[in-house]
Amino acid sequence: MSTIAVIDYGMGNLRSVAKALEHVAPGAAVVVTSDAATIAGAQRVVFPGQGAMPDCMRELDARGLRAAVLAAASAKPFLGICIGLQMLFDFSEEGAVRGLGILRGEVKRFPAEAMVLADGTRLKVPHMGWNHVRQECAHPLWDGIDAGSRFYFVHSYFPLVEDAAIVAGSSYYPFRFTCAVARANIFAVQFHPEKSQAAGLALLRNFAGWDGRAPARSVTRAATA
Amino acid sequence: MLKMGLAKRIIPCLDVTGGRVVKGVNFVGLRDAGDPVEIARRYDAEGADELAFLDITASSEGRGLILKIIEDVAAQVFIPLTVGGGVRAIDDVRRLLNAGADKVSINTAAVQDPRLVLDACARFGSQCIVVAVDAKRVAAAAAPHWEVFTHGGRRASGLDALEWGRRMQAAGAGEILLTSMDRDGTRHGFDIELTRAFADALDIPIIASGGVGSVEHFAEGVLAGHADAVLAASVFHYGELSVGEVKAHMARRGIEVRQ
Repeated sequence: MSTIAVIDYGMGNLRSVAKALEHVAPGAAVVVTSDAATIAGAQRVVFPGQGAMPDCMRELDARGLRAAVLAAASAKPFLGICIGLQMLFDFSEEGAVRGLGILRGEVKRFPAEAMVLADGTRLKVPHMGWNHVRQECAHPLWDGIDAGSRFYFVHSYFPLVEDAAIVAGSSYYPFRFTCAVARANIFAVQFHPEKSQAAGLALLRNFAGWDGRAPARSVTRAATA
Repeated sequence: MLKMGLAKRIIPCLDVTGGRVVKGVNFVGLRDAGDPVEIARRYDAEGADELAFLDITASSEGRGLILKIIEDVAAQVFIPLTVGGGVRAIDDVRRLLNAGADKVSINTAAVQDPRLVLDACARFGSQCIVVAVDAKRVAAAAAPHWEVFTHGGRRASGLDALEWGRRMQAAGAGEILLTSMDRDGTRHGFDIELTRAFADALDIPIIASGGVGSVEHFAEGVLAGHADAVLAASVFHYGELSVGEVKAHMARRGIEVRQ
């Protein structure tokens, strides 16, 4: 039986992620784990994260799981979710903390001065709720998901990627920002597929069946606009 | 042009006691009406953007029953779940999150000990801490002004509601669930003045609650009240309106909704 390991480093509620994976992949064993050997032995790895990124980095290291995450991210189908996406980058403005440095770029806060629209409307931070996601490239994890489908977001920070070639999805609030990245066996999303009803479950189902190979890119756009 | 923006959320609220869903009118005179999991599934199928569960008798009896309900719902319904009622300590927050809640709302305990909100946000993150504010208009005030009530609306706190909202934002609350005590159960619509005062003064999202009786009331909450999300119980619970009807109306009024 194929195993999906959901990495537990003490940050946030992993039950939702595990339940959603069990729902879409009844043939897989979904294990919530903080054991490096279990992560190493799994066929697929999910790297979630909630709360503040400095806390997430600290707790990950406190459990000695950094090496296990790096190994999984270089070798097998790997899905980062929310802070689990942000931690893949070099650096975050939140607490000025270093990330895992797997992907090039920085995690930025939605800047207060950009959140006021021309008509005076002030957009709230966190960006909380359902927003459209533009699929920026073809990818097995987008299979069967309509272009522009809404996913559920709750975050105050987003990645500013250096390499536009890894941008797999973007959203708009009130400027275009990267909300999904893909490189080889890594796919990571800022939104919460486990809370995004049909579209989110489709993405998780795609992940549960993904061999970790990314297709050649047919579309690329700038990371931000 | 394809609209590209955040949708306003429509949130059915399930008032729960003794493992069943009920809905109070002005917080008294409860009518029993249904199984929480069935109702949650129905709302999900109708297009609810989120579900709120309020354990209305949690403070005095039957605590723990809500955990089983949340576990059952979370295994079948994959949209955000907010749970409140009787949350007194960090450990209550932890238990609800572990049961499958995505956000926990804190009301009375926040007033009794504001540090609870600070600690809960530090421990679990602002994204999962909602402060529920039950506000009642102060009749004699010259300028519009509301007071915070606690214990399910039974006890006056003496706190100015808007000032309290600012304090809770500063403490790290990710969202405010704002209920008008004057309007709750009346079906006369949200207290628009109250909603707009909060929405315009705070940087965090505001969920408007209390008083919805028609589809237009939902639209008013957003258009005139500037709410980020609108919550209702009775009109959904008794099948008078469906989430789909509400969304169709809001879309006609030019509001961005998830359809």
